[in-house]
Amino acid sequence: MSVSRFWRKIPQRYNLIGTQCMTCGQYFFPPRSLCPDCRRSGRIVDHRFNGEGTVVTYTVIRSASDQFENTTPYVLAIVELDEGPRLTAQVACAPEEAEIGMRVRSVFRRIAADGESGVIHYGTKFVPVDR
Amino acid sequence: MRDVAVVGVGCTEFGERWSASFRDLFVTAGTLALEDAGISGERIDALYVGNMSAGRFIEQEHIGALIADFAGLATNHIPSTRVEAACASGGLAFRQAVIAVASGMEDVVVAAGVEKMTDVGTGVSVDTLAGAADREWEGFAGATFPGLYAMIATDYMHRYPLTREQLAEVAVKNHENGSKNPIAQFQNRITVDTVLSSSLVADPLRLFDCSPITDGAAAVVVVPLERAREFTDSPVRVLASAQASDTIALHDRRDISTLDATVAAGKRALERSRLTHRDIDLVEVHDCFTIAEICAIEDLGFCAKGEAGRLTAEGVTALGGDIPVNPSGGLKACGHPVGATGVKQICEVVTQIRGEAAGRQVDAEIGMTHNVGGTGATVVVHILGA
Repeated sequence: MSVSRFWRKIPQRYNLIGTQCMTCGQYFFPPRSLCPDCRRSGRIVDHRFNGEGTVVTYTVIRSASDQFENTTPYVLAIVELDEGPRLTAQVACAPEEAEIGMRVRSVFRRIAADGESGVIHYGTKFVPVDR
Repeated sequence: MRDVAVVGVGCTEFGERWSASFRDLFVTAGTLALEDAGISGERIDALYVGNMSAGRFIEQEHIGALIADFAGLATNHIPSTRVEAACASGGLAFRQAVIAVASGMEDVVVAAGVEKMTDVGTGVSVDTLAGAADREWEGFAGATFPGLYAMIATDYMHRYPLTREQLAEVAVKNHENGSKNPIAQFQNRITVDTVLSSSLVADPLRLFDCSPITDGAAAVVVVPLERAREFTDSPVRVLASAQASDTIALHDRRDISTLDATVAAGKRALERSRLTHRDIDLVEVHDCFTIAEICAIEDLGFCAKGEAGRLTAEGVTALGGDIPVNPSGGLKACGHPVGATGVKQICEVVTQIRGEAAGRQVDAEIGMTHNVGGTGATVVVHILGA
């Protein structure tokens, strides 16, 4: 991912800032700049999510693309934030710990790096809540 | 709208074709299709080619023109268009050809699909395929394509009584069918134990739950039905063409384990053809992973949600079963050159309906194809019949 492409979404990736449609109240993360229900009559504003949620489904990635190869195995999940939206993120826990319905909270973590001398990508992972 | 028929099909051997280039592959498939239709290149009015990612696999864009050129059609100056919808590119290219002929705009149209995947290493191909999902918000987090389907499998197995063994039966059945298909990448039979003892890729999916990385191409010739007899004694009619879309990311779906775009496209195809499930004699579904075949059988409406695993284990989807699924061997055994797969499915159904499928022949008058892009963001369904 190019520097500008990563840099442009730093607030969203670092601090879980998504959006909300003030017309219908729906929350969006990953952020949307057009409400799929209200479309042009929607009014989109930024919203910072509180970061707590529940694991909807998960897997343990054993074979990854080059960027993630040296971090396998890792738990990847779809997390439903308490405000409603769902996102895909890693859960920093042992593979055997992961389960559907597990409560998690967001943390700031290193995600990957663009080669040995490229940009380090930071972003959001989740950890089990009772940790 | 005019009725449309397929009058020629051609498919390369699928596999790791180290000595064959992108160009070699599509020229071979196109030549076979034209020979089958008994026509020469001058009669082609237009070309549509499905290709997911030549840009990343072989660093070549502008595939429409490239294909027209190396098929010997550059001096005819016919329109040649690349169509892209990730792994559904082939099905979509066929649909564009059908639309072009049905509309009356063109008469003799070739729909092709091609992918040359083995010129890059596995890491690059895994990363390229991940581009079929949401790069910013799935790929960025470390999602691989098998990983996304694995999350479907985890959700599915949590909610429905699908056993790990039943899931393996999908691969066993498709390898059995592939063993009877001379173009298949894998023509070896396997057992449930082969699947369960293969290495984990993304839990609960193992290596033998996954379709392979494949080079290959397929092409078909479509014409107006009223002119089909000029080309062949056994034209196969396109009874319905349907396409549907859904969210690009799996996490935004209404239901993780249901591909709503499959449900929508399947329903539309049956409505348009005025057929019911009982009329369908075989179906080629998009089994990029074993769980994908389970979902496809259910989401197309051949059985209720949660039943496909048991039915697979009971042999209902085998060659001799009530509804043979993937007689070609599917993506799992025949191989999955992403852009070519949707066109290969059409080739298989046409071959079956003509009664030319030899050892894997099923009793078929009407067949269905189901081609999926990404984790279900694009689905293309076709119904063909004698």
